[in-house]
Formats: sequence, C-alpha cells, structure tokens
Amino acid sequence: MTPAETQQQFDSGLGLEVVFPTPGQIMRQRMLTHKGFIIGGLMVLIIFLVAIFAPYIAGHDPYHQDLSIRMIPPVWSEAGSWEHPLGTDSMGRDYLARLAYGARISLFIGFSCMAIAAVIGISLGLIAGYFGGVADMIVSFIITVRLALPAVLVAIAVVALIGGSIQVVVMVLGCLIWDRFAVILRATTQQIRAMDYVQAAQAAGCSVIWLMAREIMPNLFNSIVIVATLEIGRAILLEAALSFLGMGVQPPTPSWGLMISEGKDMMLFDPYLVTIPGVALFFLVLGMNLFGDGLRDVTSPEGRS
Amino acid sequence: MLIYTLKRLGLAVIVMITVSLISFMLLRVSGDPAISLAGEGASNEEIEFVRVQYGFDRPLIIQYYEWAGRALHGDLGNSPYLNQPVAQMIRERMGVTVILGVSALSFAMILSIPLGILAAIRPNTWIDRIALSISVMGQAMPSFWFGLILIIFFGVHLRWLPISGSDSWQHFVMPTIALGYYATPAIMRLVRSGMIEVLASDHIRTARAKGLRWPRILFKHTLRNAIIPVVAVAAVQLGFMLGGSIVIESIFALNGLGNLAWVSISRSDLPVVQAIVLFLSITYIILTFLADLLNAFLDPRIRSS
Repeated sequence: MTPAETQQQFDSGLGLEVVFPTPGQIMRQRMLTHKGFIIGGLMVLIIFLVAIFAPYIAGHDPYHQDLSIRMIPPVWSEAGSWEHPLGTDSMGRDYLARLAYGARISLFIGFSCMAIAAVIGISLGLIAGYFGGVADMIVSFIITVRLALPAVLVAIAVVALIGGSIQVVVMVLGCLIWDRFAVILRATTQQIRAMDYVQAAQAAGCSVIWLMAREIMPNLFNSIVIVATLEIGRAILLEAALSFLGMGVQPPTPSWGLMISEGKDMMLFDPYLVTIPGVALFFLVLGMNLFGDGLRDVTSPEGRS
Repeated sequence: MLIYTLKRLGLAVIVMITVSLISFMLLRVSGDPAISLAGEGASNEEIEFVRVQYGFDRPLIIQYYEWAGRALHGDLGNSPYLNQPVAQMIRERMGVTVILGVSALSFAMILSIPLGILAAIRPNTWIDRIALSISVMGQAMPSFWFGLILIIFFGVHLRWLPISGSDSWQHFVMPTIALGYYATPAIMRLVRSGMIEVLASDHIRTARAKGLRWPRILFKHTLRNAIIPVVAVAAVQLGFMLGGSIVIESIFALNGLGNLAWVSISRSDLPVVQAIVLFLSITYIILTFLADLLNAFLDPRIRSS
C-alpha cells in the first residue's frame, strides 16, 4: 500500500481496521496446513485418476491372455520391457492394465459398501440417539450382536453360499460393517439432541422429521464423512481378504486381492506379482485413512490431541 | 458390583441366544439343507429320507430348540463331509488358534503400550511421529499381504523361520507378528490419549508438586489410570483376532479353527462352519463380559452408572 493510499484510507475515516477471517477462510487455512489431509487427499486423488483413465494408462486389455508373453518381469529388472512396464502375470495379461482396472473395482466396492453401511448405521444411530429409552436399548443390543459375530468368517461363509460376484460382496460387506457408523452417530446425536436450539425447535412445535432432517442431520455431516472415509478403507481391505481367500470377486476380474492370491504360488521366484497389488492396496487405504484423520483434525480442532 | 454383574450377565446370555439363532439360520437360509446333505445326484426319495432323518421336515422353531439343547450339552452335530463329531474337530483345532490369538495380543501389547507411553510423554517429537506412523501403517496394511511379505523376507530370503505348519514355536512367530500388528494401532492410540489426559489432570500436578519421583508418577499414578480402557479394548481385539485368524492361518497353513473354517467353507461342510461361527461369537461374548467386569472392578465409576 502506497503512502497516498494509506492517507486516503485514513482520511475516509475507516482507519486501519483489523479484518477477522471468515469461518471459510479459517477452514481453508487449516486444510492447507494439515500435512496428513493434503497428502492423503492427493493419494486418493491419484488412485481416482488411475481408475478413470485406466484405458489410457494401461494401453492393454486387462483380460487379454497371451501365453507366449507370460511372466515377463517389470521394467526395473533386466528382462523387463517398456511394452509391459509392470510385467505380465502367469496368463500373459498386462499387469499394469490389471492394476489400473483393479483400482476401479476397489473404489467401487469401497464406496458402495460404505453407502449401504451408512444407510443402515446412520438410521440406527439416529433413532437410538434421538429417541433414547427403549429404542436406544434395542439399537445398542443390535450393535452388540453384530460385534459378536466374526465379520470376516460370516462374510466368507455367506459369499460362498450365495456365490461370489461384485454385487454379492458389496451387499454382504455393506450389511456387516455399519457398526462404527451406528456407534458414533448414536453418541453424536445424543449430544446434539440435548442442545438448546434443538429443544427450542421442538418447543416451537417442529415435527420429528423436521427436527431430524433440518436441525440434527446438518450437524452430523462431519462425523458421517469422517466415518465414511475410514469405512471405505475397511471395506477395501475386507474385499481384498475375501478375494484373496477365493470367496470374493471371482476371476478373471482384476481385483487387487485376487491378483495377490493368483501371484501367491509364484511369489518365491516372482515376488512382484504379490508386492505390486499389495502396495497399491496399502497406498489407497493409507490415503483414505490419512484423509479421514486429517478431516477430523481440520473440522474439530478442539478434538485434537 | 453384584447388580452390575447380574445385569451384564443377563445381557450376555440374551446376546448369546440371538447369536445362536443367527448361526442356526445361516445353515437354513442357504437353501434346502437336505439337498446339500444328500449330495449331488441324489434321488428324490434319498433327499426325503435325509429330510426325515435329520428332522428338517419339522417346524424351524422346534429344530432350533433341539439344536440349541444339544449344543448346550456340547453336541454340535456331525460333519457330513468327514462323518466326525463337529465338537471333537473344534476341540482338536482350538489350541492352535488360542495360542495364535493370545501371542498376537501379547505381541501387540508389548509393542503398543511402551510406544504409547513414550509418545504421550513426548508429544509431537520424533518418537511420537514414529509411533503414529506405525499405527497409521498398521491400519492400512492388508494383514494377509503383510504375512506374505514376511514369508518372502524371513522365510525365503533369510531362511530364519519355517513358512508353514504348526509344529514348533518358530512356526508361530510370523503369524503372530502378522496378526498382532493389526491390533497395534487401536491399543497404542488408546494408551497415548489416555496417558496424555491423565498427565494433564490435577492429581498428577499434586504428585509432582509433592516432589514424587518421575517414574513413580508415571507408572503408579498415570499408567494405572490410563490402562483401564485398554483392558476392554484388548479383550475386544482378542475376539477380533480369533475371528480374523482365518486369513492368517490359511497363509501359514496353521492347523487351527480358522483353517478348519476355510476348508469347510470351500467343501460346503456347513455344520462345521456354523459351529465355528457360534463358537467364536460365544468366545467373544464371554471375553467382553469378563472385560466389562474387570473394568468395573478397576474403575468404581463404571459400577455406579
């Protein structure tokens, strides 16, 4: 600011006011300075881009088998070539193509399982937290029963009985991993339910639906998004474990868990078959978790320790 | 304390009944059990014979009542595949899984409690960051993939440890690490946040003002209070690990319950799967019940609420 401008501002009687940042600015500032949030977000973004642009990245068909080019090692080993940067598997399929298309499977399963789990968990948590009393007891009981069942084992058994396909895996996992949604939303709803403004709205004669949808839900949004990111990671890991055991997504679909399972028998001589999809899984889930943890820190600074 | 115990016991029994109903239904919803028991290519008369023989023609509620009554006496039926009593199969395999679960939990506690304490004493230093990265990585790493990496590294390259079987204690080292690492993040975060909270409280300030020695303050006054919630979480984690051992046992060919469950699922030996689900759920319920009691014993505030 030039002296003339300063003089002008002074003359206009405004003085040099202290400008307080708006809540949006504070939030943006916190997001941009939180390392975990930025790094996690970037990691997830990378996987998203890989999934969207899979055909352009790979340049090969992930299902195309060619036994004359099977088990080509990745480009960093001596026998590798840029034609297949991550090599080929035992069927002669391009590993980069399978990895890139596998990102679609993992993201699809992660998000759709989370969506099913969110619908079940949020409804239960909201009902328990809002109504309390008997409703709360029943919901808490349902949560206890769900936690007592061994999730992996039940998921594997049910998928094996119905038959493995992406839809079945999504349904089964979605119906099993809602517990954290329910537990956290129940507690948060209880807190918000007791707040003065909700009591005031109720006293003013608002209906239950209005109270839930307009007064309580908007304040649950943060918790929902945070739990959702963590649940996406959990669903992706569970799908990988299921597919690894052969009770999840079925071949020849390029699922990362399935790729590890298929490479397992050859991992002693060609460890890249196992390490590459494993690193991809680790990268995606790590990104999701960092993003979720960061989001929690950014949105509730008082909850940081 | 007595009233609290009775209340918890009542809840545990109701949860057990519900869980047993669910595992009973698991076999029935999967289609007609008589058809699967009679085997492929069985004639209608044979299926009808099996149906009457096993009592599948009677109402479900009576079937459940009889099944539960027998289960209470330790009779879990026969495996149609191996023609062996299921209870005996479970007894034979239980030892391996319990050893694996307990050693994995011990490993997780030995790793996470000191790290959590160190991280709490020196927050935001390098030791805190190392502890945090271990916990963040543990949550994102697929346990089956971690197991495979351990096999490649310690089993094949270094040849330090045997990679499959359950004959000696060396066979349990890698499975213990692979399974236990998974429980580390939850316990460590809890120890860390608990320690930070207690360290900031008034009675620690008083203890320091009195001139007590630092180790005494740390272990006698702080850790004792901070460890209470860890007890409950450790029990829950042990339950999860027994259920999650299916993946690890199948990788390391450990001859435990998880492996039995997996093999039984792949050959549709449903009564065995059903019995294992029931067994693991009830173990989990008993563990959480004991943890609740221990918690209430350690912390009088829980008893009164």
